[in-house]
Amino acid sequence: MASKAWWIEFPQMERESLVALRKALDGAYREFSRSYGELIETFFEPLLRFLVWFERILLSAPWWVVLLAVCAFAFLASRSWKIVAGTIVAFLLIGYFGMWEDTMSTMSMIAVCTLLSIVLGVPIGILMSRSDRTQAVVTPLLDVMQTMPAFVYLIPVVMLLGIGKVPGLIAVVIYAVPPVIRLTNLGIRLVDREVLEASDAFGASGWQRLVGVQIPLAFPTIMAGVNQTIMMALAMVVIASMIGVQGLGQPVLRSITNQYFTLGLLNGLAIVALAIVFDRVSQAYGKRLQLQYKQPHHA
Amino acid sequence: MPEPMVLIRGLYKIFGPRAAKVLPMVLDGMGKQELLDSHGCVLGLRDINMSVPRHFIQVVMGLSGSGKSTLLRHINRLIAPTAGEIVVDGLDVSTMDDPTLREFRRHRASMVFQRFALLPHRTVRDNIGFGLRIQGLESAEVERRASRWIERVGLEDFADRYPGELSGGMQQRVGLGRALATDPDILLMDEAFSALDPLIRYDMQNMLIDLQKELKKTIVFITHDLEEALRIGDNITILRDGGVVQQGTAQEIVLTPADDYVADFVKDVNRGKVIRVESIMKPATECADTPAIPVGTRLERAALALSEATSDRGTVTGRDGKALGSISQLDLLSAMVRRKQPAN
Repeated sequence: MASKAWWIEFPQMERESLVALRKALDGAYREFSRSYGELIETFFEPLLRFLVWFERILLSAPWWVVLLAVCAFAFLASRSWKIVAGTIVAFLLIGYFGMWEDTMSTMSMIAVCTLLSIVLGVPIGILMSRSDRTQAVVTPLLDVMQTMPAFVYLIPVVMLLGIGKVPGLIAVVIYAVPPVIRLTNLGIRLVDREVLEASDAFGASGWQRLVGVQIPLAFPTIMAGVNQTIMMALAMVVIASMIGVQGLGQPVLRSITNQYFTLGLLNGLAIVALAIVFDRVSQAYGKRLQLQYKQPHHA
Repeated sequence: MPEPMVLIRGLYKIFGPRAAKVLPMVLDGMGKQELLDSHGCVLGLRDINMSVPRHFIQVVMGLSGSGKSTLLRHINRLIAPTAGEIVVDGLDVSTMDDPTLREFRRHRASMVFQRFALLPHRTVRDNIGFGLRIQGLESAEVERRASRWIERVGLEDFADRYPGELSGGMQQRVGLGRALATDPDILLMDEAFSALDPLIRYDMQNMLIDLQKELKKTIVFITHDLEEALRIGDNITILRDGGVVQQGTAQEIVLTPADDYVADFVKDVNRGKVIRVESIMKPATECADTPAIPVGTRLERAALALSEATSDRGTVTGRDGKALGSISQLDLLSAMVRRKQPAN
């Protein structure tokens, strides 16, 4: 190879070494997944069982029971009949166009992902808010999680756990958890210094301060993070269907490969409808909390 | 003089990363500006010595940046000293370990804040019970004690409202109730009334004075408002640039300001409301049939008494009713308008 001068063509790594590097890394990871895959699978077993159990409930219950439960939930969170009415219309249309079962699968997936994101994200956010160093380490990680194309981190997850619900769940959570972490961190950092000083002055312990002051005052911000997380989880559902996650993503995937425009559109609209319902309900909830102590006569 | 409740000795506070390192230089007399220029440290407090008698209202006064809030926060160690001792009721606050300090803050010293610092997501009732809950009392007991204080600060009708629904004056009553509910020995008040309208501030001062008559706490009260200081303070300490300029009673400060800074502060004070008759009376001469004015009466009050009695002179009488001295309308008038030169 009569190579060109280094200032004309970028002096890149030898082709052979690049291949060797890739092979080495892939091999090492494959080795890792062979020896630990099963262990990790057992670790996620309870999660899988919970997911399956929840999905079965949603699928086996009569449609009107589910609808009632969803409406009750929407009302309790938002206290708004308008939102409840919108929810009813959305679900009736989804059912009428034959997407009820897929929607239930997606809903159970979203619910479990959101719960898992909160359980993981809030503590990480709290840790982050307590030290600038932790924040400096975690922030770039979150940036990577949010900007790395989702397909890329599907690869190691699938290599490790194969195709199915749990790898899908992990992929969705990786993609959806950053907003909860970020906004928990932000919310706690924004808590009024004077109120914190007051809790110190009255001798509050670290735990009393966290549970009694910081988390409640950061709660509306944390809820905004949860809202974002739900939205991102919904967006990820289609991609997760590529590794075997059931739900509205599957028909979308099928319509891409077979060029079924209407099928894709209908399922896409169902995802949009779910997103709007979740978004309005969780936002109304957050807003209601804020109103409770910021404006008169709303208690 | 009762034994001191709070005793502060040789207190220094230097803000900055190398506070301990530059302390010797400050002890050698390095000035605030020099310290900032050469080492990037801010001298917060220098050589504070102060003693607050039990059951007194001690006012600490100064303009913003004088270090008064910093000083207050040393008493419950929200700010830790660079050097010096803070002894509260025999306990050295500066060397307490964390659990002891927490207990101290929970039971012995409460604080009232300039901008109230209430919990916006809790009702008035829960805010007043905040300190009690932190003490670890059971809900029923918290409820019981809190409701007593809700009543005492006059917020019965607002117990289930949120702080955001209340006016500033009412919010500060919540702050005061919260502080008193833990039954502390010491009340630390950081410009507690400065954020309120003048009329409301006046009411709150009265409320504090009334409460103090009954509760007999030891109160350290920070303010930048001289009228307020003179009105409620048994003792006043004036701070400037982190150091004490003068300490004394209201009258001492008005009559004999230690330097131009204090003199400038007190020049517009209504002297008739501060100075008492015994400090300007003339030695007793026989002047029967003049109205008796008890010791401790303030000049304005005395002038009013004399003019109501249409008398030109009055007799200052001791607690036993004996004549101690005499004053004339002219004495009163000139003492109220004249400005004495600074003592030194």
